[in-house]
Amino acid sequence: MKGNELLKINNLHTGFRIKDTFYDAVDGVSLSVKKNEILAIVGESGCGKSTLATSIIGLYDHNKTRVQGEIVFDNKNLAALSEEEMNDIRGFQISMIFQDPLSALNPLMRIGEQIEEGLIYHTKLDKSKRDSRVLELLQQVGIRNPERVARQFPHQLSGGMRQRVIIAIAIACKPQIIIADEPTTALDVTIQAQILDLLIELQAETEAGIILITHDLGVVAEVADRVAVMYAGQIIEEAAVEELFANPKHPYTRSLFNSIPQMNSQSDRLNVIEGIVPSLMNLPRSGCRFSSRIPWIPGEAHEENPALHEISPGHFVRCTCWKEFHFKTDKGGGTHELYANK
Amino acid sequence: MSFMQINDLKVHYPVRGGFFNTVIDRVLAVDGITMEFERGKAYGLVGESGCGKSTTGKALIGLEKITNGSIIYEGENVTNKRRNRKSSFNRDVQMIFQDAHSSLNPRKRVKDIIAEPIRNFLNLTPKEEERKISELLEIVGMPEDAKLKYPHEFSGGQKQRLGIARAIATNPKLIIADEPVSALDLSVQAQVLNFMKDIQNEFGLSYLFISHDLGVVKHMCDHISIMYKGRFVETGTKHDIYTNPQHIYTKRLLSAIPEVSPAGRENRKRERILVEQHYQAEHKNYFDENERVFDLLQVSNTHYVAATSQVRGVL
Repeated sequence: MKGNELLKINNLHTGFRIKDTFYDAVDGVSLSVKKNEILAIVGESGCGKSTLATSIIGLYDHNKTRVQGEIVFDNKNLAALSEEEMNDIRGFQISMIFQDPLSALNPLMRIGEQIEEGLIYHTKLDKSKRDSRVLELLQQVGIRNPERVARQFPHQLSGGMRQRVIIAIAIACKPQIIIADEPTTALDVTIQAQILDLLIELQAETEAGIILITHDLGVVAEVADRVAVMYAGQIIEEAAVEELFANPKHPYTRSLFNSIPQMNSQSDRLNVIEGIVPSLMNLPRSGCRFSSRIPWIPGEAHEENPALHEISPGHFVRCTCWKEFHFKTDKGGGTHELYANK
Repeated sequence: MSFMQINDLKVHYPVRGGFFNTVIDRVLAVDGITMEFERGKAYGLVGESGCGKSTTGKALIGLEKITNGSIIYEGENVTNKRRNRKSSFNRDVQMIFQDAHSSLNPRKRVKDIIAEPIRNFLNLTPKEEERKISELLEIVGMPEDAKLKYPHEFSGGQKQRLGIARAIATNPKLIIADEPVSALDLSVQAQVLNFMKDIQNEFGLSYLFISHDLGVVKHMCDHISIMYKGRFVETGTKHDIYTNPQHIYTKRLLSAIPEVSPAGRENRKRERILVEQHYQAEHKNYFDENERVFDLLQVSNTHYVAATSQVRGVL
């Protein structure tokens, strides 16, 4: 592994079993996460971004899921580890922040005990040291009176406080990698801003690598260092955050940017991506997976076996169709046409 | 001319407790809001969770009992009279719900779901009804064969469009849309928003757009009200709110929205911290000792801010 690469994923395939056939929801993803870096993985629902996260941390149903490929961390291949070996890593060297803080917390346990759990499992600290560590953690995530909160139950806290507790649990054992799966989606904008600031602060202290999974391009612009855009199980574009926002290339990335109702945009209509995301069982397994959503681009523009091309240092784009791509500007969405005909 | 006025609307929930389960306190979910609706305009109601924006929507359409205040619809007082099927108010004010999936009855076919308001309010023969349903499906861009399907056979965006088809079935004047796109993906969201704009232009609809997403509200609405703890802190045109926010709460909300551009994010963070400090320092000028928002004061023709009169003098 290269110098400061913490985690390296090589050609990962994660498939789910449907009627005795495995369908890959993550289809050949290669990624690496460096120390002190926030890598954002962006995509719409069903693109496989959360499946990617659960594959890394091993939170999937082993009977119904098939994980192939390599996830190299600390000279071990996580994909090949047994459940017991994974338990020693999960929550200790790699931890996860979940989307919905209420369902991620145990309603019957006090906050302090829940944070302590990981410390009991992974460290040899005695009770008094653990207690002071719990208070320290609560303070670190910006909770003002940690003594009281440690004795409270999840339902007594607000949504933002609960998410802070989840973050405290995730950083309890000073992990090298934190996977944050939509950490602010369930929160209000003002709380979201606070939580994102907190994540950045904590990262500066711990130098952890953060994998941020989100569908919100605003959040990505606010915190990420590098971005990977996923569509139908594949990474279709990867670049540094400034590069991707200034210079998006892949038709899917460009279409996404154009569908955001922006605070300072003047245009009346938003861009609509034609068609729908194909379901897992109907996914085309060859050719450019986005081609059916941009039918006005001629077939020759696509590659037969689309690969990721490095078009400038650090900027990767899948397929060659981006060179030919233009928006279908002459018409709006489907409904618009319908009115035009009347 | 406005066709509907809301005056000092209040919805209070009783909190029961004690030995005899008597009312010991009240939750002031909506605490005195005043609004007017004009034909063909879109009104935005923005606030954080728990501010009472959804309760306002529900109270308007009669799903919550109104404690105090009145709703005047075309000169007629319709407060708490929603149950009356004869009233034109029921026909002319419809609602689109946040979660399209749970707002459609899973055991009914699309045909029957959309026909429900038609059967309630319009006297159509079965043939006319059939034609009307086809027409509605065409308007929302769904195929004819959707009629006989069940809600679970559709995707999220399609389900939301079915919800819209049901809402426009009776040719309403006002549609209350409670977070209609917050459960949808970006590209689907764009589709639904475009479509809502189209039918607004087509039928001269008014919207009350309830949302926490200031980007969406800015795209859709002419008039915006910012809500906090059951009261309006600021109300004005889109221009007033976005380019000339006056209330510290509005400023704080606007500064918290992530911008879709990584350039200058350090500056934005610094500004956010400044606004937050300002918010703490100026708190007493905008909220009274019980944390209640002051009454609205006029700043310009269209722009109202809730603040003490001293602050207004400075403005």
